[in-house]
Amino acid sequence: MDQDLEVDRVSKRYNAHLAVDALSFAVPHGSFFSILGPSGCGKTTLLRLIAGFLEPDSGDVRIGGHSMRGVSPNRRPVNMVFQNLALFPMMSVGENVGYGLARRDIASTEIRNRVAAMLKRVGLPGAEGKRVDQLSGGQKQRVAIARSLVLEPTLLLLDEPLGALDLKLREHMKIELKQLQADFGTTFVYITHDQSEALVLSDRVAVMSAGRFEQIGTPQELYYAPHTAFVAGFVGANNRLSGTVQRVDGDIIELHTAQGLALHARCTEHVVAGNEVEAFVRPEVVGLARDAAGLATGTPYYTGRIESLLFDGANSTVLVREQPTNTEFRIALPQTGQFADLRESEMIVFGFDPERAISFRGGNDGR
Amino acid sequence: MADRLRSRTTATLAGDLVAPHMRLALFLLLAPALLWLLGLIVLPHVDLAVLSLRTRVAPRTYELGFGNYRTFIDEPLYWHTFVRTAVMSIFATVCTLLIAFPAAWYIAKIARGRAKSLLFVMCLIPFWVSETVRTLGWMILLRESGVLPRLLVELGITAKPVELLYHDTTILVGLVYTSMLFMVVPLVSALESLDDSLIEAAYDLGGNGLSILRQIVIPHAAPGIAAGSIIVFMLTLGNYLTPTLLGGKNSLWFTEQIYTQFITRFNWEQGAAFGFLLLVLSTAIVWLGLVVTGQKFGDVMRRS
Repeated sequence: MDQDLEVDRVSKRYNAHLAVDALSFAVPHGSFFSILGPSGCGKTTLLRLIAGFLEPDSGDVRIGGHSMRGVSPNRRPVNMVFQNLALFPMMSVGENVGYGLARRDIASTEIRNRVAAMLKRVGLPGAEGKRVDQLSGGQKQRVAIARSLVLEPTLLLLDEPLGALDLKLREHMKIELKQLQADFGTTFVYITHDQSEALVLSDRVAVMSAGRFEQIGTPQELYYAPHTAFVAGFVGANNRLSGTVQRVDGDIIELHTAQGLALHARCTEHVVAGNEVEAFVRPEVVGLARDAAGLATGTPYYTGRIESLLFDGANSTVLVREQPTNTEFRIALPQTGQFADLRESEMIVFGFDPERAISFRGGNDGR
Repeated sequence: MADRLRSRTTATLAGDLVAPHMRLALFLLLAPALLWLLGLIVLPHVDLAVLSLRTRVAPRTYELGFGNYRTFIDEPLYWHTFVRTAVMSIFATVCTLLIAFPAAWYIAKIARGRAKSLLFVMCLIPFWVSETVRTLGWMILLRESGVLPRLLVELGITAKPVELLYHDTTILVGLVYTSMLFMVVPLVSALESLDDSLIEAAYDLGGNGLSILRQIVIPHAAPGIAAGSIIVFMLTLGNYLTPTLLGGKNSLWFTEQIYTQFITRFNWEQGAAFGFLLLVLSTAIVWLGLVVTGQKFGDVMRRS
């Protein structure tokens, strides 16, 4: 498949701070690629390097196979949807969408037709004459995307465009963005700190931290098979337990936490007894039962006291303190309604399949 | 009682302000401003209006009529000065805008932190010195035996010292210099409120410097530009000191005509008519400027 974007060992340094550290990746044509990372990880810098607002200190950005060295943003086949959308308040919706076309010296009747067609495609037919401040948040979003897509860029960059919207609209716009991308077939590069946006929208996601990619993969790979402790901790909710390896048995290790809890987890790295490790157990992996008979046989189980119930519909969890070590576990409630009558400070048993808990050599990577 | 309670709870903030005891407080708070307006603006103007409509026909005999205004039209010197003052003021305003805009852009968009406040202070510093002293400074620099003509001779550019004072250009330089701050301040605040991402977005969509300036920056800064221009224009039109000192006897500034009528000729009636004409002129030009640029006076004044 053709690569629309190739980033080749690109670095950018701000004084002593290395914002982007020799990054290389490629985005194939027509895909939705997300860069996910906490604020300050360098993702905005990376996006600005691709858009051309910054020049890399070293390395090269190739768009559609052409090197972008020394090509200014207004000459790159790339358009950007800004965090605050940056619609021009002094222009009507039609003028906003037609701005880029007018800069290309296209005849005004042609511009009018293309703008009308584009607004229709994004579900805002006949909105040309409206003022920007007459639009709702979601409509502004669509105008911002229309304004870029009307120029038929090779690549559309999106800088956390959903950040300013309220939760409900954000959920709605997520779906709409994905549909728009599928409709237009344009390659999208999307940056966000919201893992749910990245997971829902993307074909592939890169998890970024301190100027480097921790892992690039499909949302499923990141979620089920994280390569590093950072990815495991950043993508999805997780119980993080650090401890010392006691025994290694093939893939499965036994570790003891500082509080004295013994648990089993899978470890793909080479560890020996005495190594510090961090284990991650997803809330939905942990099984919950009123007594040991209710749990899958053959897995170790623990007893705990329910500290608090965090009811959130389908995402309900409970916080459980394992007894006697008092280690806190966050456990997802099954959808069956079986535990709808759980009360705080009730005693409960829980356990998990060690194959589905993952561990990494710890300490240095524990952000 | 229940009614009153209900009306209290439903009263808006504005409603509270016009409640009887509040209205008194509001009036008292506004009193100094109102007295100032009445005593120093409204009353003198009413008096001037009455004065300007009286013509002296013989010592201590006056006749009501438009005689003073007819004198203005009949005497070419007067209306020449009038038109010249208007044109030069407009020109000075445009020059100030052209010089202040890049400076304001630099302060608002490029300078950061200490450099920014330092530049702002540098615009303000000349105003710590009185206008007279500042203008005298220009005279020291520009007069025939002054610093600049001597420098020109020493550099071999002119054979003997030239008189740089008493030209129209000198007046313009002085006016622009005096007005600069009043243009920079509204421009900086207008440009600061312009979101940088708008400029980047325009650039990203294929705009170049000129089209961004024309379609994004200027429309956004228009109220600030209008506010600065109105202030500078009015200050320039009503300036007396700078044209007189830098332009000398030939400066032909309309405020000088007013001064002459009042003080030298002791013809208060004529002076009052001139004063009124100047008021009409500045109002008309400001109004025209707002109409031509499509700005609303309220928006502009909120920005300044």
